[in-house]
Amino acid sequence: MLPGILGTKIGMTHVFSEDGRMIPVTVIEAGPVYVTQIKTDDKDGYTAVQVGFQEISDKNLSFPKFGHLKKAGVKSNLRHLREFRVDKTDGYEMGQEIKTDIFSEGDDVDVIGTSKGRGFAGGVKRYHFKGQHMTHGYMTHRRPLSSGATGPQRVFKGTRKPGHMGDERVTQTGLKVVKVDAERNLILVSGSVPGANGCLVTVNKTKGGK
Amino acid sequence: MSKQAILDSVAKPYMKDDLPDIRPGDTVRAHVKVREAGKERIQIFEGLVIAERNGGVAQNVTVRKISNGVGVERTFPLHSPNVAKFEVLRHGKVRRAKLYYLRDKVGKAARIEEKR
Repeated sequence: MLPGILGTKIGMTHVFSEDGRMIPVTVIEAGPVYVTQIKTDDKDGYTAVQVGFQEISDKNLSFPKFGHLKKAGVKSNLRHLREFRVDKTDGYEMGQEIKTDIFSEGDDVDVIGTSKGRGFAGGVKRYHFKGQHMTHGYMTHRRPLSSGATGPQRVFKGTRKPGHMGDERVTQTGLKVVKVDAERNLILVSGSVPGANGCLVTVNKTKGGK
Repeated sequence: MSKQAILDSVAKPYMKDDLPDIRPGDTVRAHVKVREAGKERIQIFEGLVIAERNGGVAQNVTVRKISNGVGVERTFPLHSPNVAKFEVLRHGKVRRAKLYYLRDKVGKAARIEEKR
């Protein structure tokens, strides 16, 4: 069984557990994904399964990708291709369809996504710097101020500074599958996952998890 | 299907469709399931709705009552399976959506006129 699946983040809502507790959930429309390439030790030096997700029309597909998908024997055109590392490639075949039923209720999962871009952000937003007072005569409010001691006569590498924030790969760990709707390709995951609604996320089974 | 339509359809099975029309200012009686030592019983909480918050399945109301001279407020998620029943005893005539000013009033000043 594939260790994860690709999906689209739909958004958040609430559901109730059996004992009446309200659980915040993120709805992910995951799969079906199709196996597009099987990587083996002999040929590629490692074992992995490449899958494609999200059908698109012919005109949005690049020619090399078209050829790659044709070779895999996948009927529809797929937008995203991602690899999953596996120990053994037995049981996978080209063009095979994989759906959300690889997950079941209560599974521990990690979700990988691309966080929302914040542009060039200051130290207060980016690193939770305290900033200065808004009133009482302070003429600076959100500046980073000191960059370090005068002794070394330089600023150390890695010192937290304003800069680009967000729009990077983020893994959210410790999530649980609340519900799986295999018919509609939906997974309900407890809590929040990185990224904006509508963006691509990868739902992975937690390594060592049940 | 739009993203919002999918979200609505996910929350739908958890929503009750027989809830009464509840507004701030209403006097209500909530029947809440309480689990104690493995047993389940119904507890009644009667008071005045001082705030409501819409949000589909997360819709909730804050109910205030005076218990033994102490003001008690409790927020009920209306669609929760733990809220067994919700009755409206009387509709009140109010001009605010949030009746937080009642927290500073006691006795006669905290009365609300009935809507007819």
